[in-house]
Amino acid sequence: MNTPVSVLLFGITRDLTGQSALSVPVGEGARVCDLLDQLYQAYPPLAGIKSLLVAVNGEYAETDQVLGSKDEIALIPPVSGG
Amino acid sequence: MITLTTDPIDVTAALQYLQSEQAGALDLFLGVVRDNTQDRPVDRLEYEAYDRMAISEMQKIADQAHERWPILRYAIIHRKGVLGTGEIAVLIGVATAHRADAFEACRYIIDTIKQTVPIWKKEVFTDGEVWVNAHP
Repeated sequence: MNTPVSVLLFGITRDLTGQSALSVPVGEGARVCDLLDQLYQAYPPLAGIKSLLVAVNGEYAETDQVLGSKDEIALIPPVSGG
Repeated sequence: MITLTTDPIDVTAALQYLQSEQAGALDLFLGVVRDNTQDRPVDRLEYEAYDRMAISEMQKIADQAHERWPILRYAIIHRKGVLGTGEIAVLIGVATAHRADAFEACRYIIDTIKQTVPIWKKEVFTDGEVWVNAHP
């Protein structure tokens, strides 16, 4: 039973995927690490990024955090503000 | 005061906001677009942010600074969009009673922003472009 989650993309992740948002069909009870695995499979160039964190509802998430279909999920490539 | 803006940063307005009767020290840090990176001439920088999270992460940093130093007032203004050389990308202002606290808090805020706030910049050269820090 797959539920799609919506993932926002910024910076290099948007450039590499060509999208600013993706709908990713993840399994029931999928965690942040499962989502990342799926994204790396679908978009191999993502593996070339130095680090890739995930934010859920505007907060940095641990890799074992479970995702829900209503969550606002974002990929956070290495930041470079300032 | 925490702001994410596409408008040019108004340093004078920020200074006025920071001034108070009790403030004996007012530290202002400006991050500016320079004309080169590792001797490669830079044409412009393109900044983008995950707005809601950038604001909340900057607020966390300001709150942490508030806990560590006796800050009277602070201003954190970060620019988004396309910036040419010489333009101010970020302003950090801290007002305290004494200078040591202002220096330390100001440095802590900018250093931590660079580590945790979801803002990204792309360096655009005459012959290519690079997302800063993205690759090993």
